Amino acid sequence: MTDQSIGVLIVSHVPEIAAGLERLIREVAADVPLTIAGGTDDNGVGTSLTKIQAAIEANQADQLLAFYDLGSAKLNLELAQEFSDKTIHLYDVALIEGAYTASALLQADASLDMIEPQLADLKIK
Amino acid sequence: MLTVENTLEWLALFNQAIQTNQAQLSALDTPIGDGDHGHNMARGMTAVTEVLADKAPTDVPAILKLTAMNLITKVGGAAGPLYGTAFLEMAKKSAETLEIAPLLSAGLAGVEKRGHATVGEKTLIDVWQPVIAQLEQGPLTAEAVTTAVEATAALRATKGRASYLGERSIGHVDPGAASSGYLFTTMLEAGINHD
Repeated sequence: MTDQSIGVLIVSHVPEIAAGLERLIREVAADVPLTIAGGTDDNGVGTSLTKIQAAIEANQADQLLAFYDLGSAKLNLELAQEFSDKTIHLYDVALIEGAYTASALLQADASLDMIEPQLADLKIK
Repeated sequence: MLTVENTLEWLALFNQAIQTNQAQLSALDTPIGDGDHGHNMARGMTAVTEVLADKAPTDVPAILKLTAMNLITKVGGAAGPLYGTAFLEMAKKSAETLEIAPLLSAGLAGVEKRGHATVGEKTLIDVWQPVIAQLEQGPLTAEAVTTAVEATAALRATKGRASYLGERSIGHVDPGAASSGYLFTTMLEAGINHD
């Protein structure tokens, strides 16, 4: 049974990238709490603190592993991290590979101690 | 020294400068970024202007905080959290002092922390830092602001979107530095200078 206390949060500049990555991840991680924030408030290219905060709230887990694509996504994630009561771990790793790896491992009930070394290999930024 | 009147005037003038120079700021962002800085800042400052008119805040910390929250949530690009954090830190500091140099200094510290950046990386910090250094010693001039903005052209970007271009970023003025240039020239136009 997958532990539902750790979830995944995906932040991308483009709504379709976030949605597409969720679709890919659902292939291997059907039960992992996963929420996404893609694009600006009007679904343009960019990131939105409001959308990120909503995705954090909507995620049933109280501990989140967060993955992002470019610059402003990280800045907004860090702001959201400061404003949120949840524990949010931010990974400077390749977005697709990182989120996919973490989700697959969470689905297999791996602990954070087992997941983080694997993510370290994917660090690119 | 900030007052309710000159702070509101500053933000109104900054909004006008951003709206007027929107295309120029986006053009600066095109060779070394994603070409949306002017548009993003214009969207953010439109929201700031609307909320300030709507809520009519009556003290400086409230004005700065409303500005911060609207820049953070409405700009869309990296400039949102960066400028937003600057104004948020200025809002916090304004509970202690309304002198401009320490306020901007608190704002700069916020930008450096948020952006994990420092002087010399071709960002808005390269305008904020010399502007504050001058304000700490005496009156700031519009020429000094312009000089700081233009000096970013010679730098090689190591932070932000332009850093992907490496050497190719040299020769272009940084768009965030340019919008910060308008922030400080409009500050002077509003009569805010060395206390």
